[in-house]
Amino acid sequence: MITTQMTSMERVLKTLSHNEPDRVPFFLLCTMHGAKELGIGIKEYFSSAEHVIEGQLKLLKKFGSDCLYPFFYAPLEIEAFGGEVIFHDDGPPNSGEPCIKKAEDITKLFAPKLSDAKPLHRVLDTIKGLKENVRNDVPIIGVVMSPFSIPVMQLGFEKYLEIMHYRADLFDRLMQINEEFCVEWANAQLQAGATAICYFDPISSSTIIPRELYEKTGFEIARRTISRIKGATATHFASGKCLKIVDLVSQTGTAVVGVSSLEDIVQLKLSCKNKLTVLGNLNGIEMRRWTTEQTKKIVYDVIQKAANGGGFILSDNHGEIPFQVPDDVLHTISETVHSFGQYPIRQ
Amino acid sequence: MENIELLSNKLERALLTLDRDKAEEIIRETGKENTAIIISGELVSYTLQRIGEAWEEGKLALSQVYMSGIICEELIDHILPPASPQRKDQPKMAIGVFEDYHMLGKRIIYSTLRASGIELMDLGGGLSVNTLVEIVKRENIKILLLSVLMLPSALHIKLLKEELLGIDVKIIVGGAPFRFDDQLWKEVGADATGKDTTEAIALISELIGVKA
Repeated sequence: MITTQMTSMERVLKTLSHNEPDRVPFFLLCTMHGAKELGIGIKEYFSSAEHVIEGQLKLLKKFGSDCLYPFFYAPLEIEAFGGEVIFHDDGPPNSGEPCIKKAEDITKLFAPKLSDAKPLHRVLDTIKGLKENVRNDVPIIGVVMSPFSIPVMQLGFEKYLEIMHYRADLFDRLMQINEEFCVEWANAQLQAGATAICYFDPISSSTIIPRELYEKTGFEIARRTISRIKGATATHFASGKCLKIVDLVSQTGTAVVGVSSLEDIVQLKLSCKNKLTVLGNLNGIEMRRWTTEQTKKIVYDVIQKAANGGGFILSDNHGEIPFQVPDDVLHTISETVHSFGQYPIRQ
Repeated sequence: MENIELLSNKLERALLTLDRDKAEEIIRETGKENTAIIISGELVSYTLQRIGEAWEEGKLALSQVYMSGIICEELIDHILPPASPQRKDQPKMAIGVFEDYHMLGKRIIYSTLRASGIELMDLGGGLSVNTLVEIVKRENIKILLLSVLMLPSALHIKLLKEELLGIDVKIIVGGAPFRFDDQLWKEVGADATGKDTTEAIALISELIGVKA
């Protein structure tokens, strides 16, 4: 293992200031891999904060990532809203049928109180436990679903697009409820010890909605919400494209943008220069079957293209590495960053 | 159909601005000189394919593809009801979401194919291997289109394929994991994959032997 002078926290803060740290920081955003480390199933793993704390610390030691990631699963907040979560043995828990059955039910919807939302307490306990272990040496990344994107799980995609286009009254009410919940949930994680919040907003991506609609909806919502979150945020489009809107994203107050492998990282880096740190953009789906040589080449290429000048964190492009990605690939990513990610980057 | 480019441009503009009335007017006017099956199979199908291509090229967003498909499906249902004898004579076909409830991709393909004059059963979402095997056998499905959002669901298609061994049914897959890994559809044993509406129409048209 190569020794470095900076802690992960210092390294990340330096790159966020658009300067070059000692080496390229990398975030291995593993959620379910902790269950493998403990030799238990995914459902059992996420049933206890102790499991996730242990899993995250083991992963940190094993792969040397520059962050801890106490993210449980996407429908966790839906569970708090009373929705169904379906567990799988080999993948992330998924949301069940939408908890809002009819669009009109939005008029009767209320956000859950954090004090009553037991599933969320496990995350807060996890963050507290991790913080006790790493203090300020390693960033702890909390996660929220954006008020604009969570309705896909609350209502289903079709119903949501219809109210977005035709029912401004219901859309506005839903956003009001979701914004309040999102701000409270983000701030609770920061208070528990999270360093920053990853604001997952895939519906705002240009893959899903056009820029003009984003400008009127997801952008304004992000601006309002992020301004009330009492810490740094990273906006993640979960594999969705964002090149067409990065100028707007940088005006939402976020510091980082999670980018897709489907877009040119050189262009993205240029568009984000001195405004947003780029997080990405390894293809997590393909990563499952990368050979050692392929992994080295892909990581090397991304570093060559995007790392100069700082403002870059190497990561997968979805914000969650699939359960099927083998440890060998994760080790190779780590080794390649340590070997070829030392600043100044040799071209 | 004469002037298809011109008509398609007009229809595309109406769809992308969500101007349902204008889209209806274009289809009604076209209907004065063409049968419903020609309107759906040529004008609407062509326009939706162009919209799908524009999404693939990053020029349009998925919400625009979805809303265009929904408007066209509704308009075509008026002039070409599901039971119309004018609908294409085709093998029995069904579409569903495998193992989860993220329905948008399925709905887009369903609407686009129906608006193009191709009839198919909508099996909904959360479908398991056992449920699908039972439906395929009971309904004598010959073409099964499956949409998935999650990688594990995509990988489980292999199990479905094994259960359907020896049964005359083609499995066509689509969804995010297949877009991010272009070899995955072969790995799970699917017969084909379609990245977007354009490819879906082309694939189905080829399978059922009609002009896309």
